Amino acid sequence: MPAPIRLRELIRTIRTARTQAEEREMIQKECAAIRSSFREEDNTYRCRNVAKLLYMHMLGYPAHFGQLECLKLIASQKFTDKRIGYLGAMLLLDERQDVHLLMTNCIKNDLNHSTQYVQGLALCTLGCMGSSEMCRDLAGEVEKLLKTSNSYLRKKAALCAVHVIRKVPELMEMFLPATKNLLSEKNHGVLHTSVVLLTEMCERSPDMLSHFRKLVPQLVRILKNLIMSGYSPEHDVSGISDPFLQVRILRLLRILGRSDDDSSEAMNDILAQVATNTETSKNVGNAILYETVLTIMDIKSESGLRVLAINILGRFLLNNDKNIRYVALTSLLKTVQTDHNAVQRHRSTIVDCLKDLDVSIKRRAMELSFALVNGNNIRGMMKELLYFLDSCDPDFKADCASGVFLAAEKYAPSKRWHIDTIMRVLTTSGSYVRDDSVPNLIQLITNSVEMHAYTVQRLYKALLDDISQQPLVQVSSWCIGEYGDLLVSGQCEEEEPIQVTEDEVLDVLEGLLVSNLSTPVTRGYSLTAIMKLSTRFSSVNRIKKVVSIYGSSIDVELQQRAVEYNAMFKKYDHMRPALLERMPIMEKSSSNGPTEMVQTNGETEPSALESKHPPPVTQPTNQANDLLDLLGGNDVGPVIQTSMPTKPASSGGELLDLLGDLSLTGGPTSAPVSTGPPPQPGFLLDGLSSQNLFNDISAAGIPSMTAYNKNGLKIEFTFQRATPNPNIAVITIHASNTTDADMTEFVFQAAVPKTFQLQLLSPSSNVVPALNQGTVTQVIRVLNPQKQQLRMRIKLMYSHKGSAVQDLAEVNNFPPQAWQ
Amino acid sequence: MHFLLLFNRQSRLRLQKWFMPVSERFKRKVIRDMTMMVVGRPARSCNFLQWRDLKIVYKRYASLYFCVGMEAEDNELLTLEVLHRYVEMLDKYFGNVCELDLIFNFEKAYYILDEFLMGGEVLETSKIDIGVAIEDADVLQETLEEYMSKQTY
Repeated sequence: MPAPIRLRELIRTIRTARTQAEEREMIQKECAAIRSSFREEDNTYRCRNVAKLLYMHMLGYPAHFGQLECLKLIASQKFTDKRIGYLGAMLLLDERQDVHLLMTNCIKNDLNHSTQYVQGLALCTLGCMGSSEMCRDLAGEVEKLLKTSNSYLRKKAALCAVHVIRKVPELMEMFLPATKNLLSEKNHGVLHTSVVLLTEMCERSPDMLSHFRKLVPQLVRILKNLIMSGYSPEHDVSGISDPFLQVRILRLLRILGRSDDDSSEAMNDILAQVATNTETSKNVGNAILYETVLTIMDIKSESGLRVLAINILGRFLLNNDKNIRYVALTSLLKTVQTDHNAVQRHRSTIVDCLKDLDVSIKRRAMELSFALVNGNNIRGMMKELLYFLDSCDPDFKADCASGVFLAAEKYAPSKRWHIDTIMRVLTTSGSYVRDDSVPNLIQLITNSVEMHAYTVQRLYKALLDDISQQPLVQVSSWCIGEYGDLLVSGQCEEEEPIQVTEDEVLDVLEGLLVSNLSTPVTRGYSLTAIMKLSTRFSSVNRIKKVVSIYGSSIDVELQQRAVEYNAMFKKYDHMRPALLERMPIMEKSSSNGPTEMVQTNGETEPSALESKHPPPVTQPTNQANDLLDLLGGNDVGPVIQTSMPTKPASSGGELLDLLGDLSLTGGPTSAPVSTGPPPQPGFLLDGLSSQNLFNDISAAGIPSMTAYNKNGLKIEFTFQRATPNPNIAVITIHASNTTDADMTEFVFQAAVPKTFQLQLLSPSSNVVPALNQGTVTQVIRVLNPQKQQLRMRIKLMYSHKGSAVQDLAEVNNFPPQAWQ
Repeated sequence: MHFLLLFNRQSRLRLQKWFMPVSERFKRKVIRDMTMMVVGRPARSCNFLQWRDLKIVYKRYASLYFCVGMEAEDNELLTLEVLHRYVEMLDKYFGNVCELDLIFNFEKAYYILDEFLMGGEVLETSKIDIGVAIEDADVLQETLEEYMSKQTY
């Protein structure tokens, strides 16, 4: 067989290929030749063949059949073979192939080789791709080499040790003795790698950290020598002596000084010196300054030093070099939390960076601008940010829009301004707004009671202009559904009221339903909005018609809604006004993890369906609770001034039927839409709500009390504390009936003062059997963060001997332990 | 440092060094993403990018892009210096290095890299020492006669 072609020949040949196919053909031919050569176990040309294989691998072709050959090369005596073999091992092998373990023995032998360059190869390979098993086996050898006097090997052993520690952290202890005099080396290579090794050890182990704190003076001295020393040609970069080492030392000092006053104090001088003396005309000087600034900000430095650091960053911001501006923005972002005022001083420069042409800089400037927004500068900043939003790339728009909403929510100077800002975002970048902002916006709008007319008018006008931006359309149709009456009555105070007729409004909403631009979610919103208008508008027939048409829609969701709304018109017409009433103010739910005190808001059923549509990001358990409340008692949180949704007395059972398709009995995954909430232990719908609601309730031994006792109905409260959150009191009501007739359709409602939050779970049943034959139990959870005295107003409704009974009562005699 | 890639404007890879163990699929994805992102950057933009949770630093030298992926704590400006130092070393070794040198002598490029970086960290900060190490190792490499005559095992 002729000798395999040389590497250069192959490369030259492949480069003459004019098409991908031609290249592939050449490669396949050569691979076949190489394969047969490997099969022949040819020692002479193995090296050449593997080199060619590596070249082809770099072009993207498979080369796994060369893995074993690399091992054979490594085992060879010839240096050329070893060099290629180790290179091949690093390129073709990694810890995922079992083959790599065969290398361990070869590496071990080579670590003890007489030639330092062979030892170097072995250390390099181990340090680049050694697996945990290899590292475990060979750590001893590495440690031995760490103590050698040969600086070439010592520096390689140090970085190899870093790799070993990364792979097998338990072996860190083993290298501790060898680190004793690492820093007294003169050789910069060893010094640098030692600092890296020390940094790695300190980052991984707090014990090591405290152990190495004593090295701070030594490090300071080394750094000082570097700065003060004269020109050294081999380490010089643009007039600065060994910047790599300087930066590494600064980084180690940062870690050592982080939470330690003494160390930080020892470093103050040298940091100030570096910060003021470093030449900033070239990139390398700025690299050192950058690291210095990061160190100053992270350790417990004195305030003068911190101001110096921020000023350096400020100077960076004005630098012509884009990289430096970018780096400044990134660092300011890190420090804005701790040194907010100092960073505020540079606000105008930062805002100017929003107009920079470079994408990376714009992004950083945007993030930093949002971090700088506060109550004082909100108006000015928002103007700039909205301008930025209009003109920025689409990739930015989603983040920018969310940022604008968050900032507006926190610092809005007035409700009108807030709504205007939202409108501006929705109209200009409406399609990029995140899905979860829609429910947040709806909540915000509901809460701005006096702005309802203005809001709905503006949203309506926006809808007339453009129906392509789904979030805008969704919010608008929700508002129109809710406040349509204000729209047609022309009541707006803030703006010139527009004249709109009911038909025009319905035209718009129907247009949304049929438009191709509307997503199924949007269609759902508009159908529900139309339905709600049936109680607010007078043209009910038109609405009935629309709703019945969609009863046969192909879209299952729309069909379901339409069918249910139809049913509302026919069978439940008496309930329709109550169900479709104006929504009460919603409180933001605070999520505390498993003991999430979700504020329920007595949402009427259609909107309960609606609020499930936003993706599960927002409070999936919210929906489960809403449904529960529909079944159970109605629960109102803080006493609300606007109309309370009055539960129809017999709502319990009938609503259950109405929602029958939603298969509520199946447990928490009852949401009809795919956004099934994860099973929460407390929210079982099968009525046994008082059992095992929380994973660990400890009955704190709070005495029970009688809350109500009249006309034969007695209601007792028993208390427990939910241990995960001591602010939550769990009250179980036990309703019993001493009369001789059952009390059917029993509904219990409760209200608490504003500072509390209340959650009512579903009752065990709604029939209180006569003559104390059984009790109805229901669980109330009360969140009492301010530990105020618990008071409650309760409302009871039931049917007794054929007549409906209603009663209101105040419960004030809660035992102190219940709320303390 | 997690990886170092060299590629030209036509997205042909000239060198790939991975400092973290990752799958072949991930490597291909990274290479694809990097070449797309970096080659597409306008001329006078900033040399830093964000990709997933890594900082990407790239620098263009003649027809080649040098691209590094590194962690959040690493110093970007210093990495530019690291790249520059590597190019200087290549230039010293090959004498006015150009892409063709790196194509035909890719293994040398790797050897030089391995004397300068290891495990993603800078191994040697002295230009002279790196040059000496490479030259000595080259001398150790057998000539053809030596190679043929020497016993393999």
